[in-house]
Amino acid sequence: MDLKQYQDVWVFVECFQGQPKDVGFELLGQGRLLADALKQKLCAVVIGKDVDEGIKGATAYGADIIYVVQGNEYANYSSDAYGYAFLELCAKYHPNTILIGATANGRDLGSKLAICLKTGLTADCTALSVEEETGNVVWERPAFGGNLYARILCSETRPQMGTVRPGAFKKPEKSQNRQPVMIREDIHTKEEDILTKVIAFIKANDEAGVKLEEAEYIVSGGRGLKGPENFAMLQELADLLGGTVGASRASVDAGWIPQTKQVGQTGKTVSPKVYIACGISGAVQHLAGMTESDTIIAINKDATAPIFDVADYGIVGDVFEMVPAMIKEIRVSKDLN
Amino acid sequence: MNIVVCVKQVPDTTEIRIDPVKNTLIRQGVPSIMNPFDKNALEEALQLKEQYGGAVTVISMGPEQAKATLREALSMGADKAYLVTDRSFGGSDTYATSYILAKVIEKLGPFDVILGGKQAIDGDTGQTAPSIAEHLGIARLTHVLSIKIEGKKCIVEREIEEGVEIVEAKLPILCTATKETNKPRYATIKGKIDSLKAEIENITLADLPDMDVTKIGLKGSPTRVKSTFTPKRQSCCEMLEIINPRETARMLFGKLADAKIL
Ligand SMILES: Cc1cc2nc3c(=O)[nH]c(=O)nc-3n(C[C@H](O)[C@H](O)[C@H](O)COP(=O)(O)OP(=O)(O)OC[C@H]3O[C@@H](n4cnc5c(N)ncnc54)[C@H](O)[C@@H]3O)c2cc1C
Ligand SMILES: Nc1ncnc2c1ncn2[C@@H]1O[C@H](COP(=O)(O)O)[C@@H](O)[C@H]1O
Repeated sequence: MDLKQYQDVWVFVECFQGQPKDVGFELLGQGRLLADALKQKLCAVVIGKDVDEGIKGATAYGADIIYVVQGNEYANYSSDAYGYAFLELCAKYHPNTILIGATANGRDLGSKLAICLKTGLTADCTALSVEEETGNVVWERPAFGGNLYARILCSETRPQMGTVRPGAFKKPEKSQNRQPVMIREDIHTKEEDILTKVIAFIKANDEAGVKLEEAEYIVSGGRGLKGPENFAMLQELADLLGGTVGASRASVDAGWIPQTKQVGQTGKTVSPKVYIACGISGAVQHLAGMTESDTIIAINKDATAPIFDVADYGIVGDVFEMVPAMIKEIRVSKDLN
Repeated sequence: MNIVVCVKQVPDTTEIRIDPVKNTLIRQGVPSIMNPFDKNALEEALQLKEQYGGAVTVISMGPEQAKATLREALSMGADKAYLVTDRSFGGSDTYATSYILAKVIEKLGPFDVILGGKQAIDGDTGQTAPSIAEHLGIARLTHVLSIKIEGKKCIVEREIEEGVEIVEAKLPILCTATKETNKPRYATIKGKIDSLKAEIENITLADLPDMDVTKIGLKGSPTRVKSTFTPKRQSCCEMLEIINPRETARMLFGKLADAKIL
């Protein structure tokens, strides 16, 4: 394999019913860094029935080239149709690196591409860089529930591929007046080659208020909250800050708060401006989802709780005293009392 | 209904600790368990068998000690178990692992339904199961909530971020299970006793003559671990003095304001 034939960093801008997901834009930010380090172009791949929003987003978030595959068979994700379209693009343009969001469908697509292209795929990367001497991407990812981190290389084959969880990186700044090169490819997947067909879709109940992955302020509660009723004070604090409430798995498992609010390895990855952990011990699985936050504040009765190891500000105290006090302080400063 | 379930033995990651002096993973004494999501996969298989008849086979690739996990699967109600083990399989990444498991499934099959977990809690990639489907060239649906069989096809509920898709697919199909799929049953005492006597056959490289040996083990793995490290968590946490809650809160917000955070 002549690795030099493989050029450019591709980002899959995944859309759902025509709406691009943020993770694609977050990856365009990371892709730009890799592309610049490799002195190659940053390309977005948009596949769908409706592609306009995806193209608009890929333009604003900095793609140099946008590959577009449009067709009715791409209205819903299927491994077969999306995989076929993506593989056709790869066969024609030979990308060097492919970044995919670690969504349910992104993970599926990633594994399909990796097997068909006989190449390596590193899942759930939390940091990406380029090894200067070789031009290999260094894929950094947690293992053993975040107890260990590994740097992984795919040095013999191309493209080198990785998935990244939504929220693991921030979206880059939007830029104006960009004119990326648009390449539309007329690729169609045969009906009989699509083995799975979506026949109905039931939309999840939308969370009221600010979405966890998009929130700039998150007030998270753990087992220390003792019961579901006490999440009300976290909600009040979050509302005052213009943010939302999150949780540890312990409080989700206890049924105090829905699973959609869980932060961590098996929940969501978040990177807000401020993360306030209330009554959360800081198990590695929880840390795996929130250490990228800009500022972490921890409130815990136990001074030895590991959450203090990742916090910027620590308060060894009782959440039932501290949270109401914080609410009062904000209210006073905002003249709400 | 012929069903196969891929189960992996994993260290209980909640029990892993870091040696504070050497900064390495302490694995001694860490219990090995059946990957939690694979238990959901097995439960789904057992329910399919109860509903449609047939047999449930479990396979696991790993060292001899992974037989404990296979025995657990038998005690829950699986009919047959195989350990996939060979020195040449060591060091396999998801590409190589999925290839080996696909070859084993071809040998033991044909199967109508292949089940695996959403991800393994040690490696955490979630790639192995869908990759098996790709090697086999069959349909796959990840993160399923339920499976209904109708003749030569199935209707599957699949969870994605936006909601639940109802998907129709041809058999054979590979599905992955999550915590939301079902609640795994407990083994019965009789099941436990029977599983102790059960024969668990080994499947080695010699049993898989059409295997392309360039695709297995460390040499067949496109990805390589360059280095590992334990996250450095040297605390730079500023501890706030507790005078009284209001005073501490005021101090906190003062600091946040000074640092232009709030
Ligand atoms: C495969 C796997 C995946 C997992 N994924 C996740 C995940 O995604 N997210 C996640 O969060 N966890 C996850 N976990 C679980 C994780 O290991 C921990 O069990 C969990 O995070 C603990 O939640 P907690 O901190 O709320 O509870 P605990 O660990 O019980 O901590 C409660 C804390 O509250 C403090 N406290 C008690 N009362 C008060 C009070 N009045 N005021 C102040 N502090 C108080 C205590 O000192 C303690 O530190 C996972 C585990 C496994 C095995
Ligand atoms: N060594 C193995 N033996 C059997 N099944 C495995 C093995 N590794 C992975 N699997 C299956 O693939 C799923 C996903 O694993 P992973 O890709 O490692 O996260 C697991 O839940 C298992 O069902």
